[in-house]
Amino acid sequence: MNFRRVLADFSVFRREYLRNKEGFFFALVFPVILILLFGAIFSGSNHSSINVYALNEDNGSLGSSFLNALNQTGAIKVILAPSGSVFPDYLLKNSYSEGILIPSNFTYSIHSDAKASIIIYSNPADTSTQIVTGVVSSVAGAFNLKLSNSSNFITIIQKSVSESSPSYIDFLIPGLIGFTVLTSPMFSMVNLSAEYKKSKFFKQLSLTPLTKGEWLTSKIIWYVIISLISFVLMTAAGTLLFGANIRITVWVLPFVILGSLLFVSLGMLVGTITKSIESAGVIGNIITFPMMFLSGTFFPLSIMPSWLARIAHIFPLYYIIDGLTATMVYDNLRSALIDLAIIIVICIILSVAAVKAFKWREE
Amino acid sequence: MKELAVIFISQGEGLRKLDARYSNIKGQNGSVIVVKGLSKSYGSLKAVDGIDFSVHRGEVFSLLGPNGAGKTTTVEILEGIRKADGGEVSVLGLDPWKNGYELHKRIGVIPQGFRFFDKSTPREAILYYAELFGRRVDAKHILKLVGLEDAADTYFEQLSGGQKQKVGLALAMVNDAEVLFLDEPTTGLDPQARRSIWSVIESFKLQGKTVFLTTHYLDEAERLSDRVAIMNHGRIIALGSPDYLVSKYGNSKKLTLFGDERMYSFLKQSSDITVSMQDGTIEVPLKQSKDLLKVINLIENSGIPYSGLSLKKDSLEDVFISLVGRMKEGELD
Repeated sequence: MNFRRVLADFSVFRREYLRNKEGFFFALVFPVILILLFGAIFSGSNHSSINVYALNEDNGSLGSSFLNALNQTGAIKVILAPSGSVFPDYLLKNSYSEGILIPSNFTYSIHSDAKASIIIYSNPADTSTQIVTGVVSSVAGAFNLKLSNSSNFITIIQKSVSESSPSYIDFLIPGLIGFTVLTSPMFSMVNLSAEYKKSKFFKQLSLTPLTKGEWLTSKIIWYVIISLISFVLMTAAGTLLFGANIRITVWVLPFVILGSLLFVSLGMLVGTITKSIESAGVIGNIITFPMMFLSGTFFPLSIMPSWLARIAHIFPLYYIIDGLTATMVYDNLRSALIDLAIIIVICIILSVAAVKAFKWREE
Repeated sequence: MKELAVIFISQGEGLRKLDARYSNIKGQNGSVIVVKGLSKSYGSLKAVDGIDFSVHRGEVFSLLGPNGAGKTTTVEILEGIRKADGGEVSVLGLDPWKNGYELHKRIGVIPQGFRFFDKSTPREAILYYAELFGRRVDAKHILKLVGLEDAADTYFEQLSGGQKQKVGLALAMVNDAEVLFLDEPTTGLDPQARRSIWSVIESFKLQGKTVFLTTHYLDEAERLSDRVAIMNHGRIIALGSPDYLVSKYGNSKKLTLFGDERMYSFLKQSSDITVSMQDGTIEVPLKQSKDLLKVINLIENSGIPYSGLSLKKDSLEDVFISLVGRMKEGELD
């Protein structure tokens, strides 16, 4: 192994990669877009309030105080329907699933010690209905207490199980790092090695002092760098924008480095053992796509049916994401090391197979 | 001297004997490539079927043949990127398959349909190869030698077909190779691009490099080569300088002129020459060189009007067509 040649091949490959706009996009821009997208979709929902339409027909002041109190819970955002509309028709016409109607005699009934009522229109099939009902009853309860001049006997103090209880974004970061470690080598190595084989470019390189091992090494170095850069970008975006709570230790490195080596080898293997560029692409996708969705990349395995979660164990990416999650989210080194051991074995098998199958020249 | 080197073989035996004779004249050290009894099969197809030849230092040697004749297989075996089934091959004294790694430092190869990274420039390509070979090169100088100075910083994908081939030629120069293998360097190029590639190949020869060329353009081989081997169905069916092959396998020279019936009967009556006439063109085959003067004198002194007097000679292409054609009919098998 001559490092000068590895470096020469590396810089040609790097230049080629960066000059191809798609390569640049997939390597560095795409991972950030993914984290922004998934971060916004899933993390946002923890704090956002449910929009509820309300019609206030009350001619006194208590109706609007009640709606203000609902708004202040933070769980519900009250949007007023135009006055004078027939409320159920209005909700149906606009496909709103919940609505709160405060009748015209609301304040009067309370002041005259008669029973006042609030009507909740709801859709039993919608999960947000329970939240809306719960919030409205607790606000109504508080009003009742106030109006009857009594005070709370029971106060509820809310506490979290642990200060650092992981949130979705914490799982998403190791998942998306795994995603980059898988896709950036797989999508380009499969195609590249099939194409170089067909165009006899490998043969051409075999006529220089560059060796197979040096060629493969420069590719692995490049994809390790790409993976590390996207690791930094995604961690920064996740932490700064979505308040992800993850730990970055040196144990992240073996997963990113071996992961890149593993998928560069797998990509090479698929590209060299298939007969044509087209079939290489098809087989590459057959391997990549199920692995991409089922290895705990976008959703934790725990939300999958157990048979599907078991299938995930056949994918090398599962162990990378599981290991990264163990070290970054749970600080569980023991579990990470078990994953690492499995990765090392798969890595050895695939890289030896790739080097064997990959031929510079023909018998 | 040259004619001694020229051999016609139908069997390997004959060649080996004659080739040995040639080696004695030229000296054993003069051969940079020696091939003896080389064979290679793909399944039941004998791509190369026991061929023998040698290439001398400093010559341009061309391997000709129709598609599927076994040219590329032969070249790839010489380059050490394909393994032979049988026979002996030595390039610069090395076994190309076993010592390929050593050999590649001393040879330059432009494979058929040379390609490079799409988004790299010719200058970057040269510097890349220089790093791989561990050589210091003057990229500007090499670019100038192959006529690429104006395209030095253009991406490979934007170069014309001829310029792409020139990048290949430039790379083959990076390691100051002793032997250059050019596999169909001008296939698919326009006439102008072909000519400029030819002048680069001629400059290689002037630098004392040995050039092993495969092509199916006969004019190219005739113009560039010192010696030519014609290959068909895995065998070498003729080998020698283009002139020798033409004189040996071509028809003799002939004189043609436009004239009428009177000229035809006049020449026909003259003793010991054969004359034919078709569509106003009279043809007089010349058996010996001195016949030329005799016939010209006859025509001139006849007083009969004529025009378009010219001397015609078979080209290597005519020879090739007749040899490969005959082979197909089984005459040479």
